[in-house]
Amino acid sequence: MGNDVLILGGGVGGTIVANLVAKEVADKARVTVVDSTGVHVYQPGFLYVAVGRQQPAALRRPESELLRHEVNLVVDQATFVDAANQKVVLRSGRTLRYDELLLATGSRTVMDEVPGAAGAHDFYTMDGATRLFKALQEFKGGTIVIGVAGIPYKCPPAPVEFVFLLDDYLRARHIREQSQIKLLSPLNRAFTIETTSKLVQPILAERGIELTGFFNVETVDPIAKTVTSLEGETIAYDLLVLVPPHRGQKVIEDSNLGDARGWVPVDKNTLRHSNLEHVWAIGDTTNIPISKSGSVAHYEASVAADGIVAEVKGEKAPAHVYDGKVMCFLETGHGQATTIRFDYDHPPVSPSPSRLWHWAKLLFNKTYWHTVPQGRLP
Amino acid sequence: MSITIAMSLDLKGLSCPLPIVKTAKAMKGLAPGQLLEVFATDPGSVPDFKAWSMATGNPLVESGQDGGVFHFVLKKKEF
Repeated sequence: MGNDVLILGGGVGGTIVANLVAKEVADKARVTVVDSTGVHVYQPGFLYVAVGRQQPAALRRPESELLRHEVNLVVDQATFVDAANQKVVLRSGRTLRYDELLLATGSRTVMDEVPGAAGAHDFYTMDGATRLFKALQEFKGGTIVIGVAGIPYKCPPAPVEFVFLLDDYLRARHIREQSQIKLLSPLNRAFTIETTSKLVQPILAERGIELTGFFNVETVDPIAKTVTSLEGETIAYDLLVLVPPHRGQKVIEDSNLGDARGWVPVDKNTLRHSNLEHVWAIGDTTNIPISKSGSVAHYEASVAADGIVAEVKGEKAPAHVYDGKVMCFLETGHGQATTIRFDYDHPPVSPSPSRLWHWAKLLFNKTYWHTVPQGRLP
Repeated sequence: MSITIAMSLDLKGLSCPLPIVKTAKAMKGLAPGQLLEVFATDPGSVPDFKAWSMATGNPLVESGQDGGVFHFVLKKKEF
């Protein structure tokens, strides 16, 4: 029976678990969140920053404001997890012991793994999205190419959403006619899920967005301004936007807690580490073959929290398991959106795009700060 | 008829589109005419491998299923 619950990462998953565990067992356990910046960032907003619809400052809040008062926040970088001795070493040299450890460290982008891509744009970090919007403001026409340089990546619908929002942006600036938008997809369709692809592909065609299938970005030639695929095809660009390769955080790799890419192996239902006792992982951090997204972290959080609470109380593992639930919005431009909802056993059926879902997405983005981190939305 | 496989990839448990991406990467390392064998469990891989083979010109010389595991043999194109 433990009394030290340690959570690495103050993103959506780590924050919800910290609040739910503290709410249940603050009298029995000490709950601590370790976060390297102490600033909570709402990453789904990067997409809007990239097209100038959102200010970066609106996507940041101090993590301390989102945590229950019973939760301790340590702003420091976890550098090593000593699972054998149930300890975590921090950059400052401080060591924290744990009885239950949640790994919610998320993913990082590694654009430099793609030869020649160092100067390519992306919307997967705040800096990337800000720099991309600056480049778009200076853009006067030409070919914008959007490609995928690594799988898995965060928020699978984002590249499709981006091309639709980009189309809107270029129309608003009256330079759409001088511009070409080319979306390069790893598969022979716009999106991994076939039903969703069938829904969005006609809209891509209607907006004049060109789709090139089976184009897995391998290298970029920044001088010739071309991008080449694993499949051997080469396409020219004036402005290149890439989904960068992702991998797990360095602390996971350095502590040998994950696979070759730093993804932590967990049971896909209980979210317990496959090989280590008292270690849990959620969100982008895991190797579960499901979307890397805030939505997944959100739905997994209550399962991990219940499991950790049961350990703290010395009770049996709860029956509540993660069923693979994912819910995302997908912007289709012109003020409309659709949704993608599925789980391990039920493939999605997306509704026709409408203004309703677009407003629902904006409403969710606005109310996020008062609902999700606190665990108020089931 | 016996065939010699140059490389074998175990992609069981991976979901779409990872099997295609890993196969495209592995194919890059083969010489023309060499065979790549792939094992996958994602049911979507059946149409995906067929379409990928058609789109890239690397022939799909064998495909089958055994107890939920899909098996493909692709040949690296000659030119």
